[in-house]
Amino acid sequence: MTDLCELTRLADSGRLPPPAAVAARVRARGIWLYVETWLLASRTWVVSLLIVAVLEPIVYLLALGWGLGSLVDRQVGVADGVPYLVFVGPALIVATGVMAAHQESTYPVMAGFKWRRLFLAAQATPLMPRQIALGHLASVMCRYLAQATLFWLVLLAFGATRSAWSWLVVPITGLTAWAFGACVTAYAAGLEDEGYEFALLQRFVVMPMFLFAGTFFPLSELPAYLHWVGWISPIWHGTELARVASYGAPMTGAALALHLSVLLGYAAVGTIVTTRRFTRRLTR
Amino acid sequence: MTAPMQPSAPRRVRVGARPVLERGLMVSRRSWLVVLSGFFEPLFYLLAMGYGLGGLVGEVTGAQGRPISYAAYIAPALLATSAMNGAVFDSTWNVFFKLRFARLYEAMLQTALGPVDVALGEILMALMRGLLYAMGFMAVAASLGLVTSWWALGMIPVALLIAFGFAALGMAATSYAKSFQQMDIVGFAVLPMFLFSSTLYPVEVFPEVVQWVVKALPLWHGIELMRQLAVGAVSWASAGHTAYFLAMSALGIWLTARRLRALFLR
Amino acid sequence: MPSDPIIRAQGLTKTYGEVHAVAGISFDIAAGESFGLLGPNGAGKSTTMRMIGGTLGRSGGHLAVAGLDPEVEGSTVRAHLGVVPQQDNLDEELSVRDNLYIYGRYFGLPRSYLRAKIPELLDFAQLSEKSSAKVDRLSGGMKRRLTIARALINEPRILLLDEPTTGLDPQARHTLWDKLFRLKEVGVTLVVTTHFMDEAEQLCDRLIVIDQGRIKAEGTPRGLIAEHSTREVVEVRFGADRNAQVEPRLRDLAERVEVLPDRLLLYTEDGEAVLEQIAAAGLHPVTSLVRRSSLEDVFLRLTGRSLVD
Repeated sequence: MTDLCELTRLADSGRLPPPAAVAARVRARGIWLYVETWLLASRTWVVSLLIVAVLEPIVYLLALGWGLGSLVDRQVGVADGVPYLVFVGPALIVATGVMAAHQESTYPVMAGFKWRRLFLAAQATPLMPRQIALGHLASVMCRYLAQATLFWLVLLAFGATRSAWSWLVVPITGLTAWAFGACVTAYAAGLEDEGYEFALLQRFVVMPMFLFAGTFFPLSELPAYLHWVGWISPIWHGTELARVASYGAPMTGAALALHLSVLLGYAAVGTIVTTRRFTRRLTR
Repeated sequence: MTAPMQPSAPRRVRVGARPVLERGLMVSRRSWLVVLSGFFEPLFYLLAMGYGLGGLVGEVTGAQGRPISYAAYIAPALLATSAMNGAVFDSTWNVFFKLRFARLYEAMLQTALGPVDVALGEILMALMRGLLYAMGFMAVAASLGLVTSWWALGMIPVALLIAFGFAALGMAATSYAKSFQQMDIVGFAVLPMFLFSSTLYPVEVFPEVVQWVVKALPLWHGIELMRQLAVGAVSWASAGHTAYFLAMSALGIWLTARRLRALFLR
Repeated sequence: MPSDPIIRAQGLTKTYGEVHAVAGISFDIAAGESFGLLGPNGAGKSTTMRMIGGTLGRSGGHLAVAGLDPEVEGSTVRAHLGVVPQQDNLDEELSVRDNLYIYGRYFGLPRSYLRAKIPELLDFAQLSEKSSAKVDRLSGGMKRRLTIARALINEPRILLLDEPTTGLDPQARHTLWDKLFRLKEVGVTLVVTTHFMDEAEQLCDRLIVIDQGRIKAEGTPRGLIAEHSTREVVEVRFGADRNAQVEPRLRDLAERVEVLPDRLLLYTEDGEAVLEQIAAAGLHPVTSLVRRSSLEDVFLRLTGRSLVD
């Protein structure tokens, strides 16, 4: 049994800085402390995730670049004047990033508030709700970037890039995933119950964005009245940028700036609303 | 006079899968929008790929050896794929949530229900949805002129058979999963099947070795069967594809029941 | 009070629309004291706790924790606190050890400190052997002890415990109370909410009885009983229909009689004597019991309702 002396040390070892100093440190570095613990906790699933993150691009590129590509490439010049593999590769990086963002921003967010209550646990510490919100967004960003980097390496191995700037697809994917994920996180943080909203989001927002927003064929293949799907879709803006980086698809400076601003706009709005909703939900 | 009550030996009452199915129906009455939404997924694919990508691809060779439009080529494959996707979603994410968070099955298994009833009930629920989707999709495909034979009516029961096989196997896999991220692996088993099983392009573009691997996968059998029915090119091969799915369903049910028993009736 | 209170609430109020969850309560908690908030579910106890931790803003009144306003300096206040929430929120997918480590990192505590601290905490919580076990493998009592160990990671001066033993079996509750006693012995201030009178009696030096957001009484458990109840209580059951019928005939036998749905409570200084008088009056209860007055009786007296319904 613990004697009184040990117990006294347990309650006050004298080895800790005073509470005000502890709190000041957390106020300054809270987001990174949160990211660090998220990375630590990710040990339980990171291996399976990394395996998927390597196999998935291989499967996509084999099936779509090679398999589907052999159909498409019978006609020359239809896909931006490059082989279909080169055309579809950067789009697939962006699309898988957005899919990951959808996963990380729906059920895990609901779980943090409701099922596993891990956000509530963090809130009992000096961490501020704002730091928990931003910490969560920054944590999942680590996943997007790791996944995109692996995909890009596979793309290189397939010889599916045409530019020395192709590595830029990694930050572009990160930005696109953040833009989409932050908006979805904001939405999820406002939900009291998961009444199938996530399934509907997947079917009516994510899938159409993926299918109709220039991933598999240029937006111009669609009738003009469907082009708006691409315009509002972060996937399309991310994909267009990724194509410039990966094989130097032609683009004017103005278009470049426009795509970038749309993504930054989504990211900013999503991040602000997420922070607000986390704060409101954790302090009401 | 009646005989005094005898303490009866503990006895499992067989009530069958019906209560599980009834619960599922009660839930879907509340979630009709989700149920309805399932119909749009294959439709989105058909429109995007058939017409959008079709512009890049042009015509391809159909099951009878005649050139057909790209939309007509992928329509039967998409029906098979959507039967698979719906069944896998219902039997994985849905079931995973109930297993790990709602603890629904624990509650169910403490009643007179057995694990097999639970498994069958969930799967039957998935099938009823699958039936609705298949009918809806066929109506659209027919009105777009993408099927050309009365045999195509057979695509509806075949969609159910495909769904049953995948649901049974999917549920077995789910009972082993522990975290959200592990569930991605289940999704990852489905994705390559969709991508390689001649859904969007003929399997013949691959070298022979790869072709044999693809032809071992369940979805390829489902798609072949669907394509044969869509144009009325039915043969003994069609019977072989059917047998494949019957065997797969039996295996899935057996595994699921075994695992649920191990999880909850220790 | 010997020193400045470590927690001071004055006219503390929390309003949700028209509902007054906490309707102007005032109390002082001295350092090293074990202080209880006793009341039924929905009385405003958890709301008060969250305001103390600065995770919930107040609608009115003053509040100071270690001299700081939790609403303004929430993070510093929480650096003083250890919080044991009503519902466990451990990370079930991680090991026991990792749960402590991660929580410690939320406080930004140095790794070297945590490496030394974690074994000590596990020893205290009697979880050393479970160190690398996953949390979802632990029993309810073990999870609760782990939650307490986790709350101690930052060596808090104040431990907030929200319904610490709800849902635990009697054995596990006693183990937990023992742990909390020891912490009090070394000077940790305990603030406990509970709707169990036995818990309040066991754990608290002093407590407030709260109902519908208001303080009904304040004092030591023994003082409250002496003030608001008699020494003994006789519980008799005549069967559901007859309890109310019999009540007029018992009224004169005791200082006070309460009619509950399932039983009658007779408040008196001498229970055995009352029991004899009941028999002498020719009344034959189905069951009867003489016991000491408890905080349950105090609550019943003050609010006319039971703590646990």
